[in-house]
Amino acid sequence: MSLTDLQRLEAEAIHVFREVVATTQNPVMLYSIGKDSSVLLHLALKAFYPAKLPFPVLHIDTGWKFKEMIAFRDAVAREHDVDLIVHTNEDGERDNISPFVHGSSHYTHAMKTVALRQALEAYRFDAAFGGARRDEEPARAKERIISIRSATHAWDPKSQRPELWKTFNTHLSPGESMRVFPLSNWTERDIWRYIAQEAIPVVPLYFAKSRKVVERDGMLIMVDDDRLPLRPGEAPVERLIRFRTLGCYPLTAATPSSASTVADILEEMRVSRMSERHGRLIDRDESGSMEKKKRDGYF
Amino acid sequence: MLPRPQDDVRESPAANKNSDARSLLRFITCGSVDDGKSTLLGRLLHDLEAVPEDQLATLATDSKRHGTTGAALDMALLVDGLEAEKAQGITIDVAYRFFSTDRRKFIAADTPGHEEYTRNMVTAASTADLAILLVDSTKGLLPQTRRHAFVASLLGVRHVVLAVNKIDIQGYEPAPFRAIVDDFAAICEHLSFATVQAIPISARAGVNLISRSEHTPWYEGPTLLEHLENVVIDRPYGERPFRFPVQMISRRDADFRGFAGTIASGSISVGDEIIVPRTGQQSRIASIVTYDGSLPEASEGQAVTLVLNDHIDVSRGDILADPVDRPRLSEQFQAHVIWFDAVALMAGRGYRLKTETDMVDCTITAIVHMIDIESYAPCLVTTIAMNQIAVCNIATQRPLTFDSYSANRATGNFILIDRATNKTVGAGMIDFPLRRALNLHWQSIDINAEARSSLKHHRSAVVWLTGFSGSGKSTIANQIERRLHAAGRHTYLLDGDNIRHGLNKDLGFTDEDRVENIRRIAEVARLMADAGLIVLVSFISPFASERAMARSLVREGSFVEVFVDTPLEECIRRDPKGLYKKALRGEIAHFTGISSPYERPESPEVYLNTLEAASAELADKVCDYLEANVICQ
Repeated sequence: MSLTDLQRLEAEAIHVFREVVATTQNPVMLYSIGKDSSVLLHLALKAFYPAKLPFPVLHIDTGWKFKEMIAFRDAVAREHDVDLIVHTNEDGERDNISPFVHGSSHYTHAMKTVALRQALEAYRFDAAFGGARRDEEPARAKERIISIRSATHAWDPKSQRPELWKTFNTHLSPGESMRVFPLSNWTERDIWRYIAQEAIPVVPLYFAKSRKVVERDGMLIMVDDDRLPLRPGEAPVERLIRFRTLGCYPLTAATPSSASTVADILEEMRVSRMSERHGRLIDRDESGSMEKKKRDGYF
Repeated sequence: MLPRPQDDVRESPAANKNSDARSLLRFITCGSVDDGKSTLLGRLLHDLEAVPEDQLATLATDSKRHGTTGAALDMALLVDGLEAEKAQGITIDVAYRFFSTDRRKFIAADTPGHEEYTRNMVTAASTADLAILLVDSTKGLLPQTRRHAFVASLLGVRHVVLAVNKIDIQGYEPAPFRAIVDDFAAICEHLSFATVQAIPISARAGVNLISRSEHTPWYEGPTLLEHLENVVIDRPYGERPFRFPVQMISRRDADFRGFAGTIASGSISVGDEIIVPRTGQQSRIASIVTYDGSLPEASEGQAVTLVLNDHIDVSRGDILADPVDRPRLSEQFQAHVIWFDAVALMAGRGYRLKTETDMVDCTITAIVHMIDIESYAPCLVTTIAMNQIAVCNIATQRPLTFDSYSANRATGNFILIDRATNKTVGAGMIDFPLRRALNLHWQSIDINAEARSSLKHHRSAVVWLTGFSGSGKSTIANQIERRLHAAGRHTYLLDGDNIRHGLNKDLGFTDEDRVENIRRIAEVARLMADAGLIVLVSFISPFASERAMARSLVREGSFVEVFVDTPLEECIRRDPKGLYKKALRGEIAHFTGISSPYERPESPEVYLNTLEAASAELADKVCDYLEANVICQ
């Protein structure tokens, strides 16, 4: 019996989870609440069944996530009895770092990159699982499944360890840590097909619904709370929208869509000609901006 | 309760069902620099509409900035994602890209052509089913083409497409294509591909990639995509024996003990018998546990948790196997090794060896030969430089369970990890286990070490004193020899410094020479022990792997490691030859303890603390050990 493509991807991810847990001291799983995180958590539960998840789950909360995401996160943690750690960059919170005031680049650095480094250092995690996929962005297409980061969490794309077969080198020198990407070889379409096949719960924001948005610089930004400063002439309107990717609400653009089921989403993707990170404002700065963020320690 | 998209599944159309039955093909594009590898993959992705519009917009900007194709889009920039790659116009690391058709999902890896990035090409080839080998039809087969063909074959890529590119520049003439096909057929006699499909293409113009070109009516084979969709990747022969490398022990509670791993080959059903080759213990499969419920059977590629009927010793690194068709169990084997590190590989050096789930210390005991990967000829060498491939003999500290790589890619591979830097410095493919050549040799000679030493009424031995320079090794060795001599024992003292005046006077102090220096001393000690003598060796010998190598040369039980433990501070204080002063001033490179490490023996036969006793007393301690455990018959 030969396996289907999804079965092969699932087995590969499970193998990676087990290998890293078997050979590291203090692993953690990064959980961003999005669809990839949902799939990642599902695979982790599969990898260690019937035992409990052998690591905590870390959410970096910028304070600007969609309200529905936070509610979903807490429900998932309860349902699967996971050890959930929520970390926010308190310095950034105290300084009221906001995507509106400080710009997306500075905000992302402080509330995501720095916050992540703070949490990894505070808990002394030596391995962090993440849901990044190689099809998302050209720099990610080049990254190893097990990606070694320096003491300052930097990624050096020019000196990556060779990574052959499923034989992983998980040895770390003092101060080093690793980022682990079990979903490296999955595509956005694989994620949705797998969500359908396994009936994995995802945040309802992925499904089309009438929501309050403003149109800004050609993007639809959802008015998730009253912190969104309206510019002169802007008025929130109800539109039938959904999100292809979920992040901080001020930085995540919605797509006009009527896809209200996973099957609709798969069909929509078949005809769509835009990449998923198209709705991510942080990748917009310039070509190569993801590589620069990763060199700084971004996931 | 969380909302579950179950309803969608029921509603999902039959089309969705079909796509789930797709198979997966992993392929690489390789070949010489500038033969158009990235352009080919970029073109394929573009023409299959697998490039989103916003990425095309970025491509247009990048093409203007870095492109080499004038006004047209530079397809290579779609896959060369790193800034350094765009700026230099080369591929540094593997880029993975994904696309699918109704028949298959494809994971494509675009690999670098430059020799210095061979490690990255090897990374991609290790998991590939098929290789597209690009050849520029205006240049023919280049050394790099031969190198990549060899590496792909060595790593077990079974199918190859010989994509003869830039056929448009040749005016679509068949002659250049046919000449290259003939040249490649000659190469293939040295390689082990299951299928070879040659296709005349133009990556830039999209000729014979997705649709057949009217310009090449003389070519009757499939287009590239047709071939990728239809090539049969399953192994032609029947099912392979069951292999299950254990990744971890799953313990939900005291009652549950499962072994988690991925089935490397074959299949298993509840009730089947398995063996743990390391111990020879057997048991039966009690259950096959997964998150989706217990399974009656499972097969190659599935990640499962196995529960056994009996409580036998199984740990991570063990391979559960078919008791009828077992893997090999040996502590010595021959393997093809690809070297990645800037520091060359030398025989005698020790590394960590990691298989899919097991890890053990190992020593490269011999470099059998290096393979010239352009002429495929073997050549004799003493070191293996970065990106070179060699056949090596390897000894592990305990027996390893494995198959030959040609029989099983998963249970026949390993990587080598440097103990100090933790870098992956090499990768290996196991050929076959080695028997202990030394034992065979001894059996074939009538008068052996035992016969010779019995004339002297003792048993021969190698007493190996290790410790810092100035630790007192020579003084103690000298006293041991005097005492043994007085007792009528036939001895010989090999002193590191003295040997450098004669046998090893051609050797300097480079890493390579140090390894050779110690190899010769160990071999001389072996010969003298074989002649029946009690050999005393006084030598800093800072590396555990080198001492292990010396130990491996002589009869078991006849090697006595003596650790002369004097703290470094004390050696520096004594400094009998003034060497530490010089080393501390930086005048001597690689000086043990100052600028080069000393690996303390973990379990020496005799431990001497020179701060607590005088040298005469310490010499007595060694002599007493020898008399009691080794020398007396």
